[in-house]
Amino acid sequence: MHPTDFTLRGAIDALNEGTISSVELTNAHLDGIAKLNPRLNAYITVTAEKALAAAKASDERRRQGTVGALEGIPLAIKDLFCTAGTRTTAGSRILDSFVPPYESTVSQNLLDDGAVFLGKANLDEFAMGSSNTTSASGPVENPWSRANDPDTRLVPGGSSGGSAAAVAARLALGATATDTGGSIRQPAAFCGIAGIKPTYGRCSRFGIVAFASSLDQAGPVARTVEDCAILLKSMAGFDPRDSTSADMPVPDFAKACERGVKGLRIGVPKEYRLDGMAPEIVALWEQGLAWLRDAGAETVEVSLPHAKYALPTYYIVAPAEASSNLARYDGVRFGMRVTEPGSDLRDLYERTRAAGFGAEVRRRIMIGTYVLSAGYYDAYYLKAQKVRALIRRDFEQAYEKVDAILTPATPSAAFGMDEKQDDPVAMYLNDIFTVTANLAGLPGLAVPAGLDGQGLPLGLQVIGRAFDEETVFAVGRTLERAANFTALPGLRAGA
Amino acid sequence: MSYTIEGRTGPWELVIGLEIHAQVISQAKLFSGAATAFGAEPNSQVSFIDAGFPGMLPVINQECVAQAVRTGLGLNAQVNLWSRFDRKNYFYADLPQGYQISQFAHPIIGEGAVEITLGDGTTKTIGITRLHLEQDAGKSLHDQHATKSFIDLNRSGVALMEIVSEPDMRSPEEAGAYLTKIRQILRYLGTCDGNMDEGSMRADVNVSVRKAGEGFRTRCEVKNVNSIRFVMQAVEAEARRQIEVWESGEEVFQETRLFDTARGVTRSMRSKEDAHDYRYFPEPDLPPLVLDSDWVAALKAALPELPDARRARYTAMGLTAYDAHVLTLEKETAVFFETVAKGRDAKLAANWVTGDFFAALNRLKRDVSDPPVTAENLGALLDLISDKTLSGSLAKQVFEAMLETGKAPGEIVEERGLKQVTDTGAIEAVVAQVMAANADKVAEYRSGKEKLFGFFVGQTMKAMQGKGNPALVNEVVKTALAG
Repeated sequence: MHPTDFTLRGAIDALNEGTISSVELTNAHLDGIAKLNPRLNAYITVTAEKALAAAKASDERRRQGTVGALEGIPLAIKDLFCTAGTRTTAGSRILDSFVPPYESTVSQNLLDDGAVFLGKANLDEFAMGSSNTTSASGPVENPWSRANDPDTRLVPGGSSGGSAAAVAARLALGATATDTGGSIRQPAAFCGIAGIKPTYGRCSRFGIVAFASSLDQAGPVARTVEDCAILLKSMAGFDPRDSTSADMPVPDFAKACERGVKGLRIGVPKEYRLDGMAPEIVALWEQGLAWLRDAGAETVEVSLPHAKYALPTYYIVAPAEASSNLARYDGVRFGMRVTEPGSDLRDLYERTRAAGFGAEVRRRIMIGTYVLSAGYYDAYYLKAQKVRALIRRDFEQAYEKVDAILTPATPSAAFGMDEKQDDPVAMYLNDIFTVTANLAGLPGLAVPAGLDGQGLPLGLQVIGRAFDEETVFAVGRTLERAANFTALPGLRAGA
Repeated sequence: MSYTIEGRTGPWELVIGLEIHAQVISQAKLFSGAATAFGAEPNSQVSFIDAGFPGMLPVINQECVAQAVRTGLGLNAQVNLWSRFDRKNYFYADLPQGYQISQFAHPIIGEGAVEITLGDGTTKTIGITRLHLEQDAGKSLHDQHATKSFIDLNRSGVALMEIVSEPDMRSPEEAGAYLTKIRQILRYLGTCDGNMDEGSMRADVNVSVRKAGEGFRTRCEVKNVNSIRFVMQAVEAEARRQIEVWESGEEVFQETRLFDTARGVTRSMRSKEDAHDYRYFPEPDLPPLVLDSDWVAALKAALPELPDARRARYTAMGLTAYDAHVLTLEKETAVFFETVAKGRDAKLAANWVTGDFFAALNRLKRDVSDPPVTAENLGALLDLISDKTLSGSLAKQVFEAMLETGKAPGEIVEERGLKQVTDTGAIEAVVAQVMAANADKVAEYRSGKEKLFGFFVGQTMKAMQGKGNPALVNEVVKTALAG
């Protein structure tokens, strides 16, 4: 078996059994990256030397008897997590040369558990996008392709497209990602892997470049549900440096994967049956419900009456927060500065931000500035906050009747790199099934569940109660087992 | 009589409200662990949070919250157990995040009131609208380089309390008295050091004018006035400018102005049309600030005595209203006075502190926190007066010697033999000598020229080098002259 074909769990076992070393495992991944990254562009920065040094140190620790939960495991880190001494760009020209002197809490937690970082994964600029085409480092290619149209390059989804593509193509055993409106779950579904956005507050946001503070949440992508559970256990935990992080114990998520679903009530939100939804998506959803019933769960229709307002609500709240969060990129203290001799401060701002930000980021800053402006605040931002409260209440009421909710992860499979690029609203529709979990702060897991007629992966989404990731993992693992998803992308290491 | 300014069209009333920015006394900044000491090297007290680096998040400093609550309690104001931070968005080079974290919609402290005392002894209540917590910006230095501006972020993120008054003041004197009172209360509470020349306290002054019986006219805001005297001058200058505008048939427009201290006039800074749209919205990086009512009650129970209560206590001790006022202006003075007065005659202590001691501070350019005579030594001097060891004039001599040498009064009395003579026999002997040497004057006295009595007392005291007990000397002289 090629070392890149291990699951994360399998690699941990092999390392523990001594059948492979972290250096071997890391080298195998670095070889894969060297071969495939020029085409896939999943990594913005590959830290090969640091990775090998870390792998050596890990093997040495293991010899000394110190074995962390992720000892020697090579991972990709989304380039939105600040990594001390390693360039962190957020996929933006404005941070092209930014080397943070500090480590994000989540990546530090992984390092503390013995993980090895292969490099920084590509993403949509400032995590704004659903196709990973807005990155200043260029688009990421999905390692999957259509059976009858293999030459059309497909998007991996976004914004965590680099993380998802790297994991799907066996260029990492797992990766960190972030999800503001679906940025973990949509690319996971497009790339045929699993990914969970945990409850808001589960992972610290300290050291993660902010997009929309009240929605951003870190989580893992990996090739199995259990691998996600193992990674999340390491990433999560209370952090006094993030006032919105939850001071709650972190359960053994991997153990929860094997709980099964017997006796659970699974909700089916009737408002998610959209007009014109692809029949394959509808069929997969029905299949997923059938699998859960077969495993002993009961499926129940529930109503989320305000879900239909979720997308417009999201596209007010997220840009509003982003317009403020991105004000700090002003060319004064770090990152890019563009100025003309003799010009004034305003000119410095305008030149720096015009040159530093791409079109999608500029669009969202303008939308956000507009919805917060005097005279528009009440009609947009305040109204959106009220709708957000109603969406949260819808879920609370639904969870009086059910233990988890099952929906499709995305309205379609991965699309071509040239598709949907000229219509931002069509692009925004990718998030239709995922944004509600961000607005309500709930955990959502994408699980690969089948293929469409073109042989492209499709995913299902499990949404749980706040801080009940355990049930979400149990449902997800049950679906994964029933789906027995064994298809492989055409582009992958070791192939 | 209310204060008015006489214009060409008759008298004008003033309407004044103050927004006071007071730097909170705390070891660390409002949302970061960086230090807050004044006068440090530029950019030496800056965390990545204060510098607005990517991924940095604010964490509230509980001591700053406690200071705001103490201040609210000291201003007799409502403490809001639920408050919230908002972002105030604007671009400036010394505002690293591109927004200031402030409390716009839901301040930590609501309505309160303070009483001010005016020069004529009357008092007036000034309403407090609110107090909120916010972070300070950094400092732009435009005079360090020909074409560049330098930025010092030491102040960036330091906690400020913004105390907003009702438009209750009607004269420059009232504005000055209000600012003085707020400063006094904050210094008593230990929540702000009130050092206006270091920028730890500054005021935005809102001024409008009107004719008697009118509602409010348009106001202008004079920004960043940094002394009590300048506040009073700015009020008057701005009021006179507005009166001039109204009387020339023009209209006063709402705008932000600056006070030019050199020329004593206000200048336009920006008009309402150029005003920023701050795009306030709730700070998503911070949950609402929820206070425990028991915690607030504990802070209340631990509050120090405030100036009004202290003044009332001094008046009850028999001090004049003036002495009580003067002694409570600064907490340090009150503490000094109380050490001197402890177990002694309070009025005597007050006379000495406000008299000779204050005069010495003035003369030597010293401060009560660094006194030339300790409170303990001054108290000991009072003891020597009370037990008649020293007369009033001897005590003054001893006090001067204490200033010069720093020694305790008892030591000086011993060294210099300044002890008052209360031995009647000794005094009688001196009086006899004085009478013998001035037989002609004794005769004049006895023939009715009684005003010569003072002459004999003076000569006796002179012969005794001032050490005779004045009452005894009087008595002995009277008896001896009566023959």
